[in-house]
Amino acid sequence: MILSAQNLTLARGGVPVLSGLSFTLEAGQALILRGPNGAGKTTLLRTIAGLQAPVDGTIAGAEDAIAYAGHADGIKAMLTVRENLLFWAQVFGNNDIAPALEAYKLHPLADRLAGTLSAGQKRRLGLSRLLVTGCPVWVLDEPTVSLDVEAVAMFAAAVSGHLAGGGAALVATHIDLGIEAAVLDIAPFRARADLRSGTSDEAFL
Amino acid sequence: MIALLMRDLRLALRAGGGFGLGLAFFLIVTTLVPFSVGPTPELLSSIAPGVLWLGALLACLLSLDRLLALDYEDGTLDLLLTAPLPLEAAVSVKALAHWLTTGLPLVLAAPLLGVLLNLPPSGYAWLVASLALGTPALSVIGTFGAALTVGIKRGGLLLSLLVLPLYVPTLIFGAEAARRGAAGLDPSTPLVMLAGITLGTIALMPFASAAVLRMGLR
Repeated sequence: MILSAQNLTLARGGVPVLSGLSFTLEAGQALILRGPNGAGKTTLLRTIAGLQAPVDGTIAGAEDAIAYAGHADGIKAMLTVRENLLFWAQVFGNNDIAPALEAYKLHPLADRLAGTLSAGQKRRLGLSRLLVTGCPVWVLDEPTVSLDVEAVAMFAAAVSGHLAGGGAALVATHIDLGIEAAVLDIAPFRARADLRSGTSDEAFL
Repeated sequence: MIALLMRDLRLALRAGGGFGLGLAFFLIVTTLVPFSVGPTPELLSSIAPGVLWLGALLACLLSLDRLLALDYEDGTLDLLLTAPLPLEAAVSVKALAHWLTTGLPLVLAAPLLGVLLNLPPSGYAWLVASLALGTPALSVIGTFGAALTVGIKRGGLLLSLLVLPLYVPTLIFGAEAARRGAAGLDPSTPLVMLAGITLGTIALMPFASAAVLRMGLR
């Protein structure tokens, strides 16, 4: 077991959105999160990544093991593709960005300013960051937004490679990635209406 | 951490990075003062230390709202939070980068602008010393203010209101040291107080900044 979450209750903006959610993630396993818009996928992923605390429940194994990729890619427009990627590599104590550039075919773009890239190219740069982190657990929030078919295939290959190397991935997505993965539908864990009001003191914040 | 520092410095120097913004503001304020108060050499030389200090403080304030807001908007802050880098260290490095791109140029430019304000010759060394000691505190306190207002759209006004009272002690002791130096008195007491404020804020403020940042990003 590489990551486990037990009996999580999560809130967003003081309103509980999910309750009683448990799952475990083994090395080499990918878990796809599904659920309608507003079901709490992003809240769950941010909590797993440690960006917010759960209202209730425990998360084990997440300490410094997680590479998170959210809706924003953390790309600086005035740095080149290479400088952006090298920065994140160095933050995670790594200096070799060639495999990441290769995996997403970013070599021809390496010396362009990131601000001049298209949306899909920026996303490829954002996803290539995962490869330089060296973290065993990838937590990805809608990673395929604005990617074309070819780039989705690159992403699927990168995830497969990561899983084959003993990593794990937790992915919220609406499309079929073509990788073998368990699916967790979070819609049934929606917080009950009676939990949704009066239980939180965060209304004052 | 060095990577973060180098990135911030590089970004500041690239187009649109804001390097020179504070310096230009400092230059404008100090060149306009002789026009507004009149070209009386005695008056200018008596207000010079205070004007230079106030100009430096406001120039510092001007660039604060970009300090963390840009990283927040493009998601970098979220990613830094999940990186194996202590947030306290990250905000310290951001403050250091801010000082190197804003505070240090002000310190270096101040003697030049002192000439415009007819600063007495004995004052230059103490002016530079007090600014060099005091401006790091401005950057560190400013980082705390930027962390407090990071999630707020157009938080610049709130940031100024929050930070200005915290800047007052630095301003009082900094300007007093420069004034005493210019008047030929012994400036060591305010300088020591100033150094104490700076060292204290450098030691403690990063923890406060990191704590409010963690809360603010929820």
